[in-house]
Amino acid sequence: MEDLIVELDGLTKYYGTVKAVDNLSLKVSRGEIFGLLGPNGAGKTTTILMMLGLSEPSAGKAVVCGINATRNPIGVRRRVGYLPDSAGFYDNMTALDNLKYIGRLNNIPEKEIDARARQTMEMVGLGAQMHKKTGTYSRGMKQRLGLADLLIREPEVMILDEPTLGIDPSGIREFLQLIRQLSRQQSITVMLSSHHLHQMQQICDRVGIFVEGKMLAEGNIESLSGQLFGSDSFSVAVSVREPLLPPAELEQQLRRIGHLNNVKIDTNIIELSCSEDITPEIVRFFVQQGYNVTGVHKKEYGLDEIYHRFFENNTKKGISHEKSTTIHS
Amino acid sequence: MRSPLLYIHNFFAPQRPAGAFGLIVQKEVGDHIRSWRFIVMLLVILFTFAGTLYASLTNLGKSVGNLNDPDHVYLYLKLLTTSDGALPTFHIFLSFLGPLLGIALGFDAINSEKNNGTLVRLLAQPVYRDNLLLAKFYAALLLVGTLFLSLVLLMIGAGLLLTGVPMEASEFFRILAFTLLSVIYVGCWLSLSIGLSVVFRHAATSAITAIGIWLFFTIFYQIIINVAASALLPDPGSLAEEQAIAYNNLFMSFLRIAPSQLYTDAATTLLMPSIRSLGPLSMEQMAGAIPSPLPLKESLMIVWPQVTGLLAVTTLCFAGSYYFFMRREIRT
Repeated sequence: MEDLIVELDGLTKYYGTVKAVDNLSLKVSRGEIFGLLGPNGAGKTTTILMMLGLSEPSAGKAVVCGINATRNPIGVRRRVGYLPDSAGFYDNMTALDNLKYIGRLNNIPEKEIDARARQTMEMVGLGAQMHKKTGTYSRGMKQRLGLADLLIREPEVMILDEPTLGIDPSGIREFLQLIRQLSRQQSITVMLSSHHLHQMQQICDRVGIFVEGKMLAEGNIESLSGQLFGSDSFSVAVSVREPLLPPAELEQQLRRIGHLNNVKIDTNIIELSCSEDITPEIVRFFVQQGYNVTGVHKKEYGLDEIYHRFFENNTKKGISHEKSTTIHS
Repeated sequence: MRSPLLYIHNFFAPQRPAGAFGLIVQKEVGDHIRSWRFIVMLLVILFTFAGTLYASLTNLGKSVGNLNDPDHVYLYLKLLTTSDGALPTFHIFLSFLGPLLGIALGFDAINSEKNNGTLVRLLAQPVYRDNLLLAKFYAALLLVGTLFLSLVLLMIGAGLLLTGVPMEASEFFRILAFTLLSVIYVGCWLSLSIGLSVVFRHAATSAITAIGIWLFFTIFYQIIINVAASALLPDPGSLAEEQAIAYNNLFMSFLRIAPSQLYTDAATTLLMPSIRSLGPLSMEQMAGAIPSPLPLKESLMIVWPQVTGLLAVTTLCFAGSYYFFMRREIRT
């Protein structure tokens, strides 16, 4: 049975006359890592704020851990840790003191607090810098401290808004792996928002694509590419040492495998696009035909393509227009 | 068997969590104490206090020996109210330093948290929004209260040591009431500046606005009222006594819109027991009155409207900031 942690139902938010979030419905179950993906100003942060009861929805409701976030925001905030996109700390206090303050606000017993704060600082890799004032921290270190801030509370749900902003590339990997590891170990539900596709791809079980306050599509990356690219979701390129058979004959033989849409043949390279992953069958076919296969390259459509495809399809008036004008200017 | 001592120990050393409100207050007080602006304000107030105390000590003999003054028996009140003419008394100083203290402690209460990004993070914890606002107000007021109380107690101690004159109970309570009044007065400016810190996004804007309001009430307001009075009111020489008194009362009521006026009125009445009215008295009212000090209760009755006025201003400003803060979208 699926254990629903986040349930958004027809969530809508107006800022004046501007619709920031438009009739959003979403379900996230326990232990899942869900990515909110969208360009700046798509309404990601607004959605998150409504889930925490920090902002009031104009319509619809947000239920987190079975608690209505608008009615009982404190109840939600006891269970949910939130890392804002530009988390600030009290610069005149040390990192450890900042962390302890948050720990105390979350009713961690005074006896445990010091040990727990130190342990959490070690966990996020700030063990050596815990006695420095946060004013001297770099952006990336603050982000780690922000994560520590979440972890010390031992939340059921972690919501991270643009968590990778300002961290260097190797740090990002580590950071995301840490989140994933924690989520798996303690079955913490994680929601993170970002506009970076590759990072989302590394960590998320499921992503939702968000444009202008609407959820355009959701699902795991495979099913998203399935939805989008339809029959062309997989493409395989096989290179062989010998020259290939005449195209027509080869194509006919390949068609027998099935699920094949398009075949493009060069002298030693053949590119196939197919609706299902039939890479093993293709390789077996070539081997049986007596070819020496030198390389097989399977190309999966990543979020990158998904993202671009979406903007091509859905936001011609808004974002793509904006992009083209910036290019011309 | 459980020893009763253990029970008492447990009673006095409770391990219960302090609660969000208490924690924020603790942190705010710590922040204030370590902040330069509080240290500067503290030094200014300490120096004024020392200066006025020195001036009054040097003139104390003269004013206590003045038998025509019905208040001459109240040595400790004299310590606070005597001046050598060159230096104003402490409560006059406080009437314009108090606002500055209140503004300094409150002008960036909310907007600096917002600009540093700590506000969202703090409110994402299980903390009520109003707790934050109230804790900021309470922490600053606690600090001011402690400061004033310790100053006054230091003064009493010094007076005891230097003169050896025992203190009367009514004197002590008058001084305590004066301290409380001063705290309320600072609180009124504090709540104004916290309100401004909610309304304005930049700390500098709210500080300048608060100082502008303070300057207006300390300097320009009296001038404007005086000019308006001399332009609009008829010549007092041509009026009957009751009319003159009525006009005078009207004039005073306008002056008392300024919090500093309310404070000075109330402080003077509390510290000088012989003051019987803050408005003009007619000859009939004065007839038969013996110039003698009033009991504390009567003095309190006289200043009650002033205290209520100050409390009302404080409450109004605080309610305003509460209203704006609670309805505010967290991101804007």
